[in-house]
Amino acid sequence: MSDSLDQIFIRVKQLLLAPLAGAPDWVMQIVSALINIFALLGVFLTLFALISVLERKILGRMQNRYGPNRVGPFGLFQPVADGIKMLIKEDIVPVRADKIVHFLAPILIAATAILALGVIPYGRNMTPFAIDGGILFFFAVGSTTELAVFMAGWGSNNKFSMLGAMRAIAQMISYELPLIITVLPVVMVVGSLAPDRIVAAQGGYIFGIVPHWFVVTPWGAVAFILFFVSGLVESNRTPFDVPEGESEIVAGHMTEYSGFKYATFFMAEYIGMFAISGLGVTLFLGGWQAPIAALWFIPSYVWFFAKLGALLFVYIWIRGTLPRARVDQIMNFAWKFMLPMAFTCIVAAAVWHYAGRGLAGWFWSLAVLTAVYIALSRLIGTRKKFAARTYRFAE
Amino acid sequence: MNNIAFVAIAILTLAAALAAASLPKLIHAALSFAVTFVGVAAFFFLLGAEFVGLVQVFVYVGAVAVLIVFTILLTRRDVQDTGKPNWGGAVIAIAVFGGLLWAILKTPTLSVTAPHVEALTVKRIGEVLMIDYVWPLQCVGLLLTAALIGALILVMEEKS
Amino acid sequence: MPTLSIFLVVSATLFCIGLLAVLSRRHAIFILIGIEMMLAAANLNFIAFWRFGPQPQPPTGVMVAIFSIAIAAAEAAVGLALVIAVYRHYRTTNVDQLDQLKG
Repeated sequence: MSDSLDQIFIRVKQLLLAPLAGAPDWVMQIVSALINIFALLGVFLTLFALISVLERKILGRMQNRYGPNRVGPFGLFQPVADGIKMLIKEDIVPVRADKIVHFLAPILIAATAILALGVIPYGRNMTPFAIDGGILFFFAVGSTTELAVFMAGWGSNNKFSMLGAMRAIAQMISYELPLIITVLPVVMVVGSLAPDRIVAAQGGYIFGIVPHWFVVTPWGAVAFILFFVSGLVESNRTPFDVPEGESEIVAGHMTEYSGFKYATFFMAEYIGMFAISGLGVTLFLGGWQAPIAALWFIPSYVWFFAKLGALLFVYIWIRGTLPRARVDQIMNFAWKFMLPMAFTCIVAAAVWHYAGRGLAGWFWSLAVLTAVYIALSRLIGTRKKFAARTYRFAE
Repeated sequence: MNNIAFVAIAILTLAAALAAASLPKLIHAALSFAVTFVGVAAFFFLLGAEFVGLVQVFVYVGAVAVLIVFTILLTRRDVQDTGKPNWGGAVIAIAVFGGLLWAILKTPTLSVTAPHVEALTVKRIGEVLMIDYVWPLQCVGLLLTAALIGALILVMEEKS
Repeated sequence: MPTLSIFLVVSATLFCIGLLAVLSRRHAIFILIGIEMMLAAANLNFIAFWRFGPQPQPPTGVMVAIFSIAIAAAEAAVGLALVIAVYRHYRTTNVDQLDQLKG
């Protein structure tokens, strides 16, 4: 019974494909891909709407106030009101803006964010597009986002937009390196770039209680934290939202966009957040697998979305807690701390593997990580050296 | 189906390449250049080398195109090219194209259809890279480090 | 799947468009764009010959294409750094005006 509940979406899709049983091969492939795409879009656009209102409510509760609570039960229809507002706004394009580039930028940024969602396994047998180099596809598509951000900044013919776009690209390029290098230990240990194999390699339990997820190993925990922070930066979330800081640069590369195009940027940011969280769940938190062996009866997609929800809650929590970081602090952090720690994770994963993947491996990789962490915290002098304090008294 | 895909990708790639070679404004040319490389990556997918296609998108569109765009921003004096078309260049390009076309069409052994090939997995590429090609791999690593340091030194402002 | 010669014709076209860009443009960055296009056309040739060659064969063409992409990226980085350095000195990127060896 739990197996049929688990595979219920696969059954529904097979039911939908049954009338086409006699059609040629390529028709079946295209229709199957279209069903996958529509299901994916439906789920994630609904999730986007839900998270946009939940974020405001959770932030509100953290700041000791109610969030939006007028439109519908507990304010949950707020996205409908927001959508209508965005759609009926006038679409203003600056006169001297580059029309084609200005128009294509939000489309490209939303398209790359949604493309990245296609390779994540959402449940058992539920990966929309299972390609052999899935992780590489995710990063290839994610790195196209920078070009789209530049197009947005350039196409607006506005100095603030240009500055915001350059800052955003500098930030995204700097943090793309730690993002990718923290994924390397996982790929190295599993031996494959396919997300399905990575999830399968995290199966099994110790004593039926502790799962073999990569986050319970020392290098996995450090890599997960680094991956999570890099994900925060890649999606331009607080405390790293310098590109869209309202008090500094108006809205950065999104300044000259109004109405539905702005909503598209907003949606692209959230879907990028979902994609990075989904990848984090797949790589480090065991994907769609249950944390305890006894809980296998709960369907796999419920576990995936529960873990995704937990990660998104942490994103919102961090937004409500931390102030914005300065641009040079962000750059220093990326190049001087996160990159060396990411390289250390690779070394620690190798040490864990070659010391046998048991307790000895755990201990030695933890030792390597701690040694490098302590060395980095002593050696990096990012604090500006102030002169000795002199006191001048009025005479 | 394969033929329709091939024709579509070929039209996209060649149109974008022509746009990149002939558009007056530099930013438009740089963006068409990125589209050309997406088209070439689609060709690689069609030919069954998916890993190379993904690496192509990653490196060219994600890195080289962004580099070019940044350089355009930093050298902003003349973002337009002079409008005079260079007929000498066009003649040479057409002559080279004619020569290559004649060479290709004259060789009968090149009109083969695709044999059946098993899919090239990333695992196989990894094995070949680490066993047969380990020396070129290390050399490319050294080359990239040298290029990184060299580019940094070239662009660093002299402290006067 | 079309024949090998059609793929070679497409890659020859791409190569010649790159050559056109190199020969007829005066801005240094346009010339770099043309060079990158020529490299991509050569990569396409390698992969096409690997695919249409006698099977089973080792993935030599694929390996050469991967290394070629890496080297092209390094060359683009250094080339663009050169363009920036030259611009800082001469305040122009028009290659017609960069015709003196004296600094």
